[in-house]
Amino acid sequence: MIRNITLGQYLPGTSAIHRADPRTKIIMTISFMVVLFIVNSIWALIAALVFVAAVFLISGISFKYAIRGMKPVLYIIIFTTVLNMFFTDGNVLLRLGPARITEEGLILAAVVSLRVFLLIASASIMTYTTTPITLTDGIEKLMGPLKVIKFPVHEMAMMMTIALRFIPTLIDETDKIMKAQAARGADIGTGNLLQRARSFIPVLIPLFVSSFRRADDLAVAMESRCYRGSEGRTSMRILKFKGLDVAILGIFIIICAGILLVHYLI
Amino acid sequence: MKGTPFEKKALDNVSMELKKGEFAALIGHTGSGKSTLVQHLNGLLKQDEGQLNVAGLETKGRDLKELRKKVGIVFQYPEHQLFEETVYKDIEFGLLKQNIPDEERRKRILDTAAIMEISESMLHKSPYEISGGQKRRAAIAGILVLEPEILVLDEPAAGLDPSGTRELFDIVTSLYREKKITVILVSHSMELVGDYASRIIVMNKGRIEHDGTPSEVFGMGNKLEEIGLGVPQITKLMARLNEYYPEIARDVYTIEDAQRIIGGILRRGR
Amino acid sequence: MAVSNRAGRDLMIEIKKAEYIYDNHDFPVKAVDDVSLEINTGEFIAVLGRNGSGKSTLARLMNALIIPDSGKVIVLGKDSSEAENVWEIRKNVGMIFQNPDNQIVGTTVIEDVAFGPENLGVEPVEIKKRALKALDMIGIEELRERAPHLLSGGQKQKVAIAGVLAMKPSCIILDESTSMLDPVGRREVLETIRKLNKIENMTIIHITHHMDEACLADRVVVVDEGKIVIQGSPREVFSDVMLIESLGLDVPQVTRLLFNLKKEGLVDDSAVIDIDEAVGKLRALIG
Repeated sequence: MIRNITLGQYLPGTSAIHRADPRTKIIMTISFMVVLFIVNSIWALIAALVFVAAVFLISGISFKYAIRGMKPVLYIIIFTTVLNMFFTDGNVLLRLGPARITEEGLILAAVVSLRVFLLIASASIMTYTTTPITLTDGIEKLMGPLKVIKFPVHEMAMMMTIALRFIPTLIDETDKIMKAQAARGADIGTGNLLQRARSFIPVLIPLFVSSFRRADDLAVAMESRCYRGSEGRTSMRILKFKGLDVAILGIFIIICAGILLVHYLI
Repeated sequence: MKGTPFEKKALDNVSMELKKGEFAALIGHTGSGKSTLVQHLNGLLKQDEGQLNVAGLETKGRDLKELRKKVGIVFQYPEHQLFEETVYKDIEFGLLKQNIPDEERRKRILDTAAIMEISESMLHKSPYEISGGQKRRAAIAGILVLEPEILVLDEPAAGLDPSGTRELFDIVTSLYREKKITVILVSHSMELVGDYASRIIVMNKGRIEHDGTPSEVFGMGNKLEEIGLGVPQITKLMARLNEYYPEIARDVYTIEDAQRIIGGILRRGR
Repeated sequence: MAVSNRAGRDLMIEIKKAEYIYDNHDFPVKAVDDVSLEINTGEFIAVLGRNGSGKSTLARLMNALIIPDSGKVIVLGKDSSEAENVWEIRKNVGMIFQNPDNQIVGTTVIEDVAFGPENLGVEPVEIKKRALKALDMIGIEELRERAPHLLSGGQKQKVAIAGVLAMKPSCIILDESTSMLDPVGRREVLETIRKLNKIENMTIIHITHHMDEACLADRVVVVDEGKIVIQGSPREVFSDVMLIESLGLDVPQVTRLLFNLKKEGLVDDSAVIDIDEAVGKLRALIG
């Protein structure tokens, strides 16, 4: 079951967003997140929301996927919303017994939840429209300048790729090991905290051992195919900034400026 | 996995009965439902519909500990589940959950080790110090020590060379004969199945295609090939010879039987 | 640079009195003990031996993954013990391993097939061409965007073979590459290497302990305890049933049958390795 869910949940498509260089998307996402933290005004955030909705529309990704991304943080959002609604001083709008809801509280709650939503939505749209391997390519290229200080850029990128490749395999293996140990009568994940931690040993140790063996086998296989680090290595995939990227970045800068303007003026 | 987009009938209207003390084989192409069926036997998977009664216990809603004492499943490459500091401790692992006095527990472990031809010195070694074949025997011992009434072996000889395979199956057959346990062998090797099983259940796309004696099942040569299975090489030979000499039976599946039949014909010709 | 042996055939790999010692656990073990072997271009060789016989070690000597402690391994005229030859040798002699999963590095099939050419510094456009051509040769072009964990064992091994093919080798070694596969997967892999051998004249060295696979080879080399015990055509090798079984190996069921009949005095020659030959022989005798 888990095998069918691709990591990062890439949703194939041919929109402009899909075709954009991953570096463009990474830069945009990070910058956008920074902007989201700068702006406090509800109108600015609404403008940002409109922008994000437009991006979803252009990329052909259904908005329900944006909502789906919220699931993990739903409780946090509800908690902070309630907190902000009821405990902010200001113009009281509603009284429910001892508790009161203020206008300021309402606006603050809206600002906080909207910001969280937009942070998640913008990260999601990046992973929905970019394959994991293209993302790692983009990160590797962006980290390029770090080579000057002898930072192992290529090795990091290779590690990320191999990790991505093996996560589904390791999930399958964990499942197999759990089944085998359960068949022996092992109780995995039950008991008090200490017992539960200990109960995972029969799964973790075999998993670690097999992972080390995998790493060893893989290293030998890579060497057999003449791998020797980044020395003399080329890549089948080349990232090139196209006119599309320039256009997208240009529009993006204008929109961010607009959002910031709204923030300072309203 | 009902109700999800990945819903697929892994098992479709499967009905069968297995008698105590049988040595049955479960064969089928990859994805035919063999593993799924087997995992229901000890409650690792629960059926959506229907009933399953194993060794007198209903599997649904049942205390799984009881069930797993009766049904021992040895999965493929069982040596991958070894984790304790010593072979002794690893074999002991499954027994610790049961309330057995120390002395009896120790006796069981030593007896099982003897059956699986694990020496005293090996018991004190770390599972990571011993050879692949030894690891496998240690892993199987870890299941046998629970004294299951039903033993399921999923490709027990996977990765073993011919002599290793023979040694393993010698142990399994003597175990089967002495302790009278019911054995279910899941395997792709038709030669192994032909040599050891007295009953063969054939699965195809989640259904039971056929259930019968080796003669019956291997006699259906072409049908088996259609569903992605084979027959022992000796059976293919006899089927080919049968085209020229109708008196040669098609449902022969051991070298001994083939030798007897062909030997008989050659002697008569002289 | 084509090197020839005495018979005038092109030598792919020449092993001269090679030895390799594993220095671990309690005592050193001679995994390869004074082995000499010649492998000609275009041959399909099967190396047969039980677990621990030294066949995998022998394989790893042939693509310079390990260097002999004494003796020499010469690949296409290049000595494997010289450091500057290692990468050339590995480019020319590709290796497929036993565990289908633990040799796939890419997150998609085509990415993995590109790994080899990328390491060789091939031009990006050429890499894609080679990858697609290799996938096409193996017949798995439609799997190119598939994630590896969604493939069957047989498909994974085919991806590994394509990955090696993309490096344009002259020889492919398969180190027990069918051990972990189901019958369908085994058939797929064997069919693939047979085609490569027959159509592309690829030298194939197939390490295994399955005799039915060894029967497909031009020459079978049987090893035990680090030494070559017997070599020859499958028929020659398997007719010595007693020897094969004493080495912990099996012969095909039909070979066993005819050997048993020979012991009973009913058949005078038991050298058969497949059903067709057995049928032929028996029909001739029965009449």
